[in-house]
Amino acid sequence: MSVVTFISHDGEKREAPLEEGASLMQIAVDNMVPGIDGDCGGEAACGTCHVIVEDQWIAEVGRSGPVEEEMLAMNPEREPTSRLSCQMRVSESWDGLVVRLPEFQM
Amino acid sequence: MTSGRALIVGASHAGAQLAASLRQEGWAGEVVVIGDEAALPYQRPPLSKAYLAGKSSLEELAIRKAEFYDKQKIRLLRATVTEIDRAAGEVVLSDGETLAYDGLALCTGGRARPLAIPGIDLPGVFYLRTFADVEAIREATASGRRAVIVGGGYIGLETAASLRALGLEVTVLEAAERVLERVTAAEVSMFYERIHRDAGVVVRTGALVEAVAGDGRAGEVVLAGGERIPADLVIVGVGLVPNTELASEAGLQVEDGVVIDDFASTSDPKIVAAGDCAIHYISRYGRRVRLEAVPSAGEQAKAAAATLCGKERPISALPWFWSDQYDLKLQIAGLNTGYDEIVLSGDPARDRDFTCYYLQRGRLLAADCVNRPRDFMKAKRTLGQGLDVDRAELQRPAAS
Repeated sequence: MSVVTFISHDGEKREAPLEEGASLMQIAVDNMVPGIDGDCGGEAACGTCHVIVEDQWIAEVGRSGPVEEEMLAMNPEREPTSRLSCQMRVSESWDGLVVRLPEFQM
Repeated sequence: MTSGRALIVGASHAGAQLAASLRQEGWAGEVVVIGDEAALPYQRPPLSKAYLAGKSSLEELAIRKAEFYDKQKIRLLRATVTEIDRAAGEVVLSDGETLAYDGLALCTGGRARPLAIPGIDLPGVFYLRTFADVEAIREATASGRRAVIVGGGYIGLETAASLRALGLEVTVLEAAERVLERVTAAEVSMFYERIHRDAGVVVRTGALVEAVAGDGRAGEVVLAGGERIPADLVIVGVGLVPNTELASEAGLQVEDGVVIDDFASTSDPKIVAAGDCAIHYISRYGRRVRLEAVPSAGEQAKAAAATLCGKERPISALPWFWSDQYDLKLQIAGLNTGYDEIVLSGDPARDRDFTCYYLQRGRLLAADCVNRPRDFMKAKRTLGQGLDVDRAELQRPAAS
């Protein structure tokens, strides 16, 4: 089974099974990963599913698109590999993916 | 208390979140969510947007998959609650069965506000609140060509945009002098009227609907003054009535909603409430507010779950809202009630992106941001932290 690891701001690790075709936000919500709210249900309208992709994974999962970019631009915790996880469509090739969570979702 | 049975009445956004949050907060006993709809708890906002326009499926609407509820031992029970017996600590279902509770949550939501006019019960007249409502509307759009929407609020306007995407002829009838009158400044109303007219929608303001007429089926909408507008389908979106009857019959404090405190407790410490049915004093606004919004439902549900688990997690997040129409994403931070000044960034009479800031005595109250996600995120932060604003700076689009 493919897995993704979410690392909370204070370092706690949570693994969740990857499901091809689902959004990473949905996987986090289905597995009750604390720190990912997904208030708007995946419309890229709220910015409450912000994750920071570990550097070695960014080439595989890709950088933020223009819609995400607009939402992330004003976020003080934004990093170069920041993504909105609702816009990340999961692929089997992501087995072992590691993302970090910001301190606050805004 | 984290053992025993937690009963959640209502299986929409607030109910589903409350169940998940109970597990997160450590409720070890039974969790039962009682709802009267067939589907798994689903996202309501897309109903008038992507789902109506045929751009998403029912499967995508589910808030969480069925396996989630199995794994978390959350029981979804399809039933209707007819009474709360607080003395006995149980609820009564429509089939006469009773279910005892150790903690009770009311997430009963609301229902579409009925329009009491002749002909409203004719086939071809629809409200838009549930998945079943939208299925019926979608079926009607297969053969119908002309849609008349009664009500120029967010639901009416989103529906108009979705039906235009399906190629229907659309007329919006609004009784007030402008669309969105209750919720936005005139500049924003004018903007949306222009956008809809440009998209081919007939927008009629000051239009009082007197009746729906037709031979066994809706065929015309009749206005005060006698004008008749041909219609193959009529969709009524004139607001929401909170479902508070269970609470008031049980003797809980009810106003325009079930009254809750900062911890989502009702006037009975064993009963919490969350979502569209609940009214809550927000100190930021100095009054009780009943919010019809998914983010607020989630926020209140999290507070309610903590309360049932004997913890304190107050409702604190800033209210926010969104509305999708055509290629326009409106994001609203805060509530604008009581504003005495607006500041515009961009020109709503000409552009397709702008922000309308609402101020009260020089302090930022709220912002309507159209295709301006940066302004929205910045406004959320400014409001959340109570920062001061500079009018000249507001007029410039936010830049990172």
